[in-house]
Amino acid sequence: MSNKARSSQLDFLNGDEAVAYGAKLCRPHVVAVYPITPQTIVVERIAEFVANNLMTCEYIHVESEHSAMCAAMGASLVGARAFTATSSQGLAYMHEMLHYVSGSRFPIVMMNANRTLAAPWNIFGDQRDSLAQRDTGWIQVYVENGQEALDMIIQAYAVAEDDRVYTPVMVNLDGFVNTHTFELVAIPEQKDVDEFLPPFKSKNAIDFNHPRSFCMTAATEWNMEFRYQQQEAMNQAKEVIAEVDRRFGDKFGRYYGGLVEEVRCQDAEVVLIGMGSVAGTSRVVVDKLRDKGWKVGLLKLRFYRPFPIEYFKGLSPKVKAVGIIDRDISFGYEGALASDIKAALTSASAPPKVINFIAGIAGRDITKENIEEMYNKLFNLTQGKEEKELQFIGLRW
Amino acid sequence: MAKPKIVKFHYPESLAEMPLGPSAAAGILTEPNAGWRVQRPVMDRAKCSKCLLCWVLCPEGVIDKESEELAIDLNYCKGCGLCAHECPKEAITMVGEGE
Repeated sequence: MSNKARSSQLDFLNGDEAVAYGAKLCRPHVVAVYPITPQTIVVERIAEFVANNLMTCEYIHVESEHSAMCAAMGASLVGARAFTATSSQGLAYMHEMLHYVSGSRFPIVMMNANRTLAAPWNIFGDQRDSLAQRDTGWIQVYVENGQEALDMIIQAYAVAEDDRVYTPVMVNLDGFVNTHTFELVAIPEQKDVDEFLPPFKSKNAIDFNHPRSFCMTAATEWNMEFRYQQQEAMNQAKEVIAEVDRRFGDKFGRYYGGLVEEVRCQDAEVVLIGMGSVAGTSRVVVDKLRDKGWKVGLLKLRFYRPFPIEYFKGLSPKVKAVGIIDRDISFGYEGALASDIKAALTSASAPPKVINFIAGIAGRDITKENIEEMYNKLFNLTQGKEEKELQFIGLRW
Repeated sequence: MAKPKIVKFHYPESLAEMPLGPSAAAGILTEPNAGWRVQRPVMDRAKCSKCLLCWVLCPEGVIDKESEELAIDLNYCKGCGLCAHECPKEAITMVGEGE
């Protein structure tokens, strides 16, 4: 696209505010939300936009997260663009409706502030909430900073509403580390976003002249065909995500790499893989170790579903050891990312050795020292030393 | 009778013909739904005063008033007997199916 974005205003925003601006620029017809820490600022800012006539939408105060998703679904049913946001317990509470929305193919976009699940009660960040929603049929993307958060809300609608996809998208921000951290964020011009993201024209909308039955029973003879349809849409989404990222980059000058972003992975012998804010910390460590001559790389896994299996199948045989950082754990096995990535790596030409690092649970910092420790352990593996396959990093004892 | 007609539903013959998610145009009736009825209402038109109480009360909406005489759509009548019970002229009687 030759018509590049004219300009953008720089503002000092936290991640939640960046999401609110992103949502505003997408001109949703309906925003149905229920506040929950650490997502609340998103809801508050959008309410302010609406109250100050900076945003025209139906802002629905619902009584629960379950209702928030129901309201968004009703809006999408009549062809409206719908937005909502939640976190943790709220996401768990709307679990049932996540299936309804994806199964009915409503391209809703939702922001989720990643926060741990009770018990023990805690409001701080890890990714157990959204990873537990793996099989709800939602596209899941994890962002590293406020700018990516704003940009991905816009990209999320472009992906979700694509004819080949029609699948809802969840944009995940690490609780507090992303949601409450301030940084300079470029806010694109409305006109440019309008050019990038045209009004939603649902090909499945109902109105008085076109009555339709929705969410109806599909009996045993037909149900599996709808599931196949969802899987095909997810496969198609991989291509669409890459296309939308290129188109967004051409317009706004920021490219994110699609499903994954490689950071100094060329010729790397040891690669760490992580999702969300941990990528930001790891970049600094990679640069430091590279300066010392260590062949280290970082793979920022951006999309969890659809999963970039092709990337891992084609992993360079130069990579001898891979570390997978999970801000979650599937009790009784290992981290969720580790299971998926290890399974995909079995198809690689020279499968590397793997350590799964469980870290950053319930808001515990993942420090630069922690990351360096992980790289050290991976180099131990390449030198034939023993390392446990699953390790808790930063554990008190 | 001005009631929706039973039509043959065209099932998808390929993936391309599948609807986007479980949805379809509304108002498509593909088969009768009266198999559980054990008694059916029979109307004595001579007694009927066309007060339309049965038309108002029928929970399935199967009383048709578009023709000169009231008629009952037995394809969708579940045989509850509410019409017979409420008719002020006792113009409707319930008759056992098969009798």
